[in-house]
Amino acid sequence: MAKDILTKPKAFYDNFHRKPDQNKQDTHYCPGCGHGILHKMIAEAIDDFEIADRTIMISPVGCSVFVYYYFDTGNLQVAHGRAPAVATGYKRTHPEAIVISYQGDGDLAAIGGNNILQAANRGENITFFFVNNAIYGMTGGQMAPTTLLGQKTMTSPYGRKAEREGYPMRVLELLSSLEAPTYLERVALTDAKHLMKARAAVRKAIKTQIDGKGFSLIEVLSACPSGWRMTPTDAVAWISEKMEKTFPVGVYKDVIKDRKPNTWTRMLEKVPFEKYHEILELTGEPMEIEADMSSVLDIYKNPEILIAGFGGQGVLLLGQFLAEAGMRHCWNSSWIPSYGPEMRGGTANCHVKISEKRIGSPIVAKPSILIAMNLPSLDKFEPLLKPGGLLIYNTTMISRAPSRNDIEILPIPATKMADQLESLRVANMVVAGAIQEKTKLFDEIILKDCLNTVVKHKNFIPLNLQAIDKGKEYVENFGK
Amino acid sequence: MAKELIKGNEAVIKGALLAGCDAFYGYPITPASEIAHAAAKYFPLAGKPFLQAESEIAAIQMCYGASGGGSRVMTASSGPGLSLKMEGISYSCGSELPIVIVDIMRGGPGLGNIAPEQSDYNQIVKGGGHGNYKVLVLAPNSAQEMCDLTMLAFHLADKYRNPVVVLTDGFTGQMMEPVEFPYPNPGDFKKHHWAAMATPETRDSIINSIYLDPYELQEHNEKLQKKYAEMEKNEVRFEEYMIADAEVVGISYGTVSRVMFTAVDVARNKGIKAGMLRPITLFPFPKDKLIELANFDRVKAFLVSEMSNGQMVDDVRLATHFKKPIYFFGTMGGVVPQVEQLAQEFEKIIKT
Repeated sequence: MAKDILTKPKAFYDNFHRKPDQNKQDTHYCPGCGHGILHKMIAEAIDDFEIADRTIMISPVGCSVFVYYYFDTGNLQVAHGRAPAVATGYKRTHPEAIVISYQGDGDLAAIGGNNILQAANRGENITFFFVNNAIYGMTGGQMAPTTLLGQKTMTSPYGRKAEREGYPMRVLELLSSLEAPTYLERVALTDAKHLMKARAAVRKAIKTQIDGKGFSLIEVLSACPSGWRMTPTDAVAWISEKMEKTFPVGVYKDVIKDRKPNTWTRMLEKVPFEKYHEILELTGEPMEIEADMSSVLDIYKNPEILIAGFGGQGVLLLGQFLAEAGMRHCWNSSWIPSYGPEMRGGTANCHVKISEKRIGSPIVAKPSILIAMNLPSLDKFEPLLKPGGLLIYNTTMISRAPSRNDIEILPIPATKMADQLESLRVANMVVAGAIQEKTKLFDEIILKDCLNTVVKHKNFIPLNLQAIDKGKEYVENFGK
Repeated sequence: MAKELIKGNEAVIKGALLAGCDAFYGYPITPASEIAHAAAKYFPLAGKPFLQAESEIAAIQMCYGASGGGSRVMTASSGPGLSLKMEGISYSCGSELPIVIVDIMRGGPGLGNIAPEQSDYNQIVKGGGHGNYKVLVLAPNSAQEMCDLTMLAFHLADKYRNPVVVLTDGFTGQMMEPVEFPYPNPGDFKKHHWAAMATPETRDSIINSIYLDPYELQEHNEKLQKKYAEMEKNEVRFEEYMIADAEVVGISYGTVSRVMFTAVDVARNKGIKAGMLRPITLFPFPKDKLIELANFDRVKAFLVSEMSNGQMVDDVRLATHFKKPIYFFGTMGGVVPQVEQLAQEFEKIIKT
């Protein structure tokens, strides 16, 4: 290695100042280790492409965790196996950066297996170097996913057996079945011919990223004489004779030519802050009034409303509509839905509070107004209604009469009335009209204007307005 | 200011963008998914990346990457997701990376359910990951605070180079309330000299949590502890309600603090001098305020209520040095304490 150090690429530090020991000139790698060779190839490519200023090296756990001792670039040292995720998070916020993830076999193929698979499948415009030495070097020579059959390690002391530990994992073969990756090649750090191919592959992979052509990964068969308990010479021979049988070198995928430049760079077009309120739909100035509830009957003041029915009856939307109306009167309001799987089919309910005072608990334990749109809702919630409270129930869907006699009861065929308007969906607004006519809680113009906020498709607003009027009319004539 | 009736979960994202958040990386989970939905909708409109990660683990690590590059970044999840994110949180604390993490707590342990619980308190406030780390924890109890405290979280994360967790329960996430959104303050968006931004000026930057030498790692840890002490000095936030003459003080956060608020009113109507202290920061915890209250003769007892087996109550015990009796009312599994129950507890305490 001494000769290599004399011809250090510029992308290496002159002096390895981050290295904690006294020797600031040599790497921490063992004699005969492949990491040093690959480091140099990468550093030379960084020099030649003149990208050191915008290169970020990502070094997760493994012998190469100390990549940052050597590379005079930006460095992120990261968790075991997570380099592809970290690199993704980085690259998407810095598309102009050249991000190089340098990972070992335990890191990439075992603990980070899903991370590399998914980054490849997304076609992240990042360059990955995958050092396969068929063993965990740093932690003391344990079995890796790429350990060969029969190979003895600290955790496969009798040799890896397919029946027990499965077969060596061929990462490139796996990744090459995916659509997104651009360039995948396996190389070996052995003789001069193989080293030349490796050097070319390293450059091509980095160039792929510079050109914005997407995901590239070079798997590098690399010697670990310490882990394999071999001399450096025997270790190189073992790569050629053994490893290459299981992991044949060669190009597994190369669609660089087919990919348009910058297809995968995902350039960001930043929007000025002045536009943020527009983007966030905060520029509307909804109609509102400062109102008080002095003219409202005491029993309807500061209502605590529980609305329940089948999913699809517009129960949640009715609640939002009332809460919106409360807000537009400059009162406090809150809305809580039943959420999760039960919403999708089954029954739904929501709690609405509208109050002149600060709302503490948003939960309606004892409603002052209960809207029951179907029978299960009446069965479940009628007992909770406050004495003197108002029950509005949908007689189209509920055949039985309420059982309480200490409450005010308003039966309304809401679904039938909606059907007469040729849309079952507006049964909720029929009820809204009924509530308004009964309680006179809201300013009617404001209430109706709230439809502009809660109804997504504007062409349904006239129908909803009609439904509100129908509900009002019904209550006006009720008992006459 | 612009006012909107909006879900707490959605207010988080609008607040985040107004606070200059540059990227959102997340994974869907009920009851936090609306945060990801809103991010998916609004981040691209602002020309900023949204990405659905392959896992909770990947989502927090993507945040690690973006933050290491000096970007304001966030993720959001619920309990089971936070358990997975612990690796990334520990690394982010070690590497001193500002990241905003929103946790909309649900019922546990295990898959539990999606109803609101507050049982992530220990894993978030005490630290569920490895190492001597702390995160700042903000506890909103309204949709407005979901916006405001998310914005504050970005500010504090940058100020201390540390992850900040916005911790609340499913109800606060799902509830709609009026929220007033402020205008963005471009002055708040500074780039960080320490970040590795892929520029010539930051070429020497390194984001790192490995210190091989024990003395060096001890020094690093001591530096972190100093930072946490600064947070304890500067960032304690709480709300008081009817506390000036209170004889029994209720303590709760998140949705339960809303119930406690009403319960105080109910108790007061019965002539009981109840009050409430609501921690807004769970770390740092309002210890000084609590010992001050415990030292008043008029304060007879504390009533802690949480949707958990009693996780915050330990912090109240430590803060008050057991000077006054501490009563605990907890619910679990997604059951929310009721106003009447807490009001009765106040009554019972005063009668004993």
